[in-house]
Amino acid sequence: MKSVDSTIDLPALYHSMLRIRRAEEAIANRYHEQQMRCPVHLCIGEEAIAVGVCASLTTPDVVYGNHRSHGHYMAKGGDLNAMIAEIYGKSTGCCGGRGGSMHLIDNTAGFAGAVPIVGGTVPLAVGAGWSFKLKEEERVAVVFFGDGCFEEGVLHEAMNFAALKKIPTIFVCENNGMSVYTPLTDRQPVRSISGIARAHGLGVYTGDGNDIFEVAHLAGEAIAQARSGGGPQFLEFKTYRWFGHVGHEFDDDLGYRPDETPQFREDRCPLKRAEAALSQNYGWQDGDFSAIEQRVKEEVEAAFQFTFDSPEPNPNTSGDHTYAE
Amino acid sequence: MQSSTMDKAKTPTIIRELNFGEALQEAQLQTMESDKSVMVIGEGVADPKSIFRTTEGLVERFGPDRVTEMPLAENGMTGVCIGLSINGFRPILVHQRIDFALLSLDQIINNAAKLHYVFDGKVTVPLVVRMLIGRGWGQGPQHAQSLQSIFAHIPGLKVVMPTTPYDAKGMLNSAIKDNNPVMFIEHRWLYNLKGDVPKEPYLVPLDKANVVRKGRDITIATYSHMTIEAIAAAKELAKHGVEVEIIDMRCVRPIDIDPVLASVKNSGLLLVLDTGWASCGVSSEIMARTAESAFQHLKKPPKRITLPDFPAPTAKSLTDDYYPDAETIVQGVVSLVDDEQKLPSKKICEAVRRTSLRDIPNPAYVGPF
Repeated sequence: MKSVDSTIDLPALYHSMLRIRRAEEAIANRYHEQQMRCPVHLCIGEEAIAVGVCASLTTPDVVYGNHRSHGHYMAKGGDLNAMIAEIYGKSTGCCGGRGGSMHLIDNTAGFAGAVPIVGGTVPLAVGAGWSFKLKEEERVAVVFFGDGCFEEGVLHEAMNFAALKKIPTIFVCENNGMSVYTPLTDRQPVRSISGIARAHGLGVYTGDGNDIFEVAHLAGEAIAQARSGGGPQFLEFKTYRWFGHVGHEFDDDLGYRPDETPQFREDRCPLKRAEAALSQNYGWQDGDFSAIEQRVKEEVEAAFQFTFDSPEPNPNTSGDHTYAE
Repeated sequence: MQSSTMDKAKTPTIIRELNFGEALQEAQLQTMESDKSVMVIGEGVADPKSIFRTTEGLVERFGPDRVTEMPLAENGMTGVCIGLSINGFRPILVHQRIDFALLSLDQIINNAAKLHYVFDGKVTVPLVVRMLIGRGWGQGPQHAQSLQSIFAHIPGLKVVMPTTPYDAKGMLNSAIKDNNPVMFIEHRWLYNLKGDVPKEPYLVPLDKANVVRKGRDITIATYSHMTIEAIAAAKELAKHGVEVEIIDMRCVRPIDIDPVLASVKNSGLLLVLDTGWASCGVSSEIMARTAESAFQHLKKPPKRITLPDFPAPTAKSLTDDYYPDAETIVQGVVSLVDDEQKLPSKKICEAVRRTSLRDIPNPAYVGPF
C-alpha cells in the first residue's frame, strides 16, 4: 500500500466507505425485527471496490449493480433515505416498494439500476456505453459483478461486443472467491479470470480489492482509458465477503470457509487499512475519527427515521407501471 | 407536382400494392428517416440477403452505426439493446428465426418486461424484437416453431402477429413508437402475400383485433398465417350458404377479445385457429376468455385447430399433414354448423384442397386479401 498519495482524497473515500459500513451494520442489527421483508445481501468487507471505482466517476457516468449493491448505490451517490425506505418496502423507496434490496436505482445520481439475476445488468452497461459512444458523449458505464458472474455466458457475449465496438464500459469483477457457498475452485479451473478478459480484447487491471489506494488508482487509470476512446476495460479485485451470502449474520458456524476467523476478516478490512493511513499520514487524531463516526451515525439514523415516518405504498397501485404510456 | 407548402390533408394518398416483406422494409426505412434514435440490429440485417430483403438498403442509407450486424450472442445483444433503449435509442432487434430468440428469454423476460415496473416507471424500454416463424422446406423442429404463447404469457411485453401487408407496416410503425418492449412476430409464409399499402407512414394499434370478414353462422378467431387459410375456407363455404365471420386477432398480448364476444353473441359458434400448439397457447386463452364472458351465447362447445402435440418433423412426407390448412378449417366449420349433415362437405374440402407441393407457401395465395 502506498503511504501518501496526493491524487486521492483519502478522507472523502474513507467517509464513503464508512457510510456503507455503518448503513449495512444498521440493516444487520435491525434485520431480526423482520420489518425488512426482503432478502438482503450485505457487502461489508468489500466497500473499497465500490468506493474506489466510483471515486473517478462523474455524476453523468452510469453504474449498474447486482444483488449485492447497497455499496455501489451509495458510493455513486444514491440517496440513502430512498434505499433504506426501499428495503422496508415504503412508498418513498427508490422503487416505490416494487424492488427491495435487490433492485436499486437512482437516476439522478447515475446509479442506473441493480437486478439480482447474475449477469443481468452486464449487457445493459454495454448498451449504455454504446449509446454514449454513438452520441459522442464523454460518459462511461460501469458494471459491478462477482466471480460467479464470470461463469455466465452473457458476460462473455457482452465483453466480446464491447471490445468489437470499442465501447466505453468498465467491467468490475469483485472476486470474493465464493458463489453463495460454493468456492471458486469448485467452479472454475485454475487459470486467471483477468487473462480471459484480456483475451477478449479488454484492457485489464488486477489488484487488492481491500486496499482503497490500489482500487482507486487502477480504476482511475481504467476509467480514463475508457473515457478517452480506449475501449472497454476490465478490473479484477480480490476481496472477501464477511457475512453469509444472504442475511444479516456471520456464518462461520457453517464451516464452508475453514480459514474464516474474526482475525482473518480484520486483516483484510478496507476501513482499518484506511484508518491506519489516515493516522500515520494525514495526522488524524481520535477526535477526527469520532467526529466522522458521529456524522455518519446521524445520517444513517435519519435515514431509518425517514423510513419509519414514510407511508406504505397504496395496494391499489400494485399493478401500475406494468406498461409505459 | 407537389408543392412543399401544400396542405398535407389535400395530398392524395398514394396506395400501392406491396408484399408483406416490402411493407416491413418500408416501415423501418421511413421510421429511421424521421427518427434518428431508431436502429436495426441483428445477424443478417446488413448482409446481401438482408433478412429476406426486409432490411434491404438500410445500411447503405443509414450506415453501419444504425444498421448493425451482431455477434451470435442473442441474450447479450438483447441486453445491449435494452441498455440502448434505456439511454435514448429505439432499437429493432431481428432474429431470423424465433427459435433463436429462446437464447434471450432471460433478458426479455427478466429485464425488458420488468425494468419499467420494478423501477417504478423510472426506466422505459422502447425495444422491438422482430422474430420470424419458419415453416416448410424441411425447417424441422428447431427452425419452425410458433412460440408466441411463451412471450404472450409475460406481463410487460406486447406481442403482435400481423397478417396483411397493411398491418405489417402500420403495426411495425406503432411498435417502434411504443415505449414498451414489443415482440413483433412474422410468419415467413406471409412474406410474399400482396396487399394495398399507403406510401405515407401510418399507425395501426397494437391492441385491436380486426373483423376481416362478416358472417352470421360461425365465428372464427384466428391470426397470422391461419387467417389466410381461413379466408380461403370461408370463400368456399359461402358458396354453400355458410357465412363465416373471421376475426384476425393481430395482437396476442394484449388480446382484444371483445370482437370475438360480440361475434359469438350472434353466431353462437366458435372455432379458434392457431399457428402453434394447443396446450397453454393463444387458442387456449381465446377459448377461456370466451367461456368466461360469453358462455351463455355458445350453442356448442368451442373447437380449435392447432398443430398436433409434437415437434415439427423435417421430411416432406412427415410434414405434409402436420400443418392444418383451409381443408382442415372447412372440416372444423362443418362439424360445428352442419348438424343435419346437409352440406356437401367432401365437395367443399376438395375445392379447397391443396394440390401443389405442401412444403412451400401455397402459390394460390397471393393476395390482396
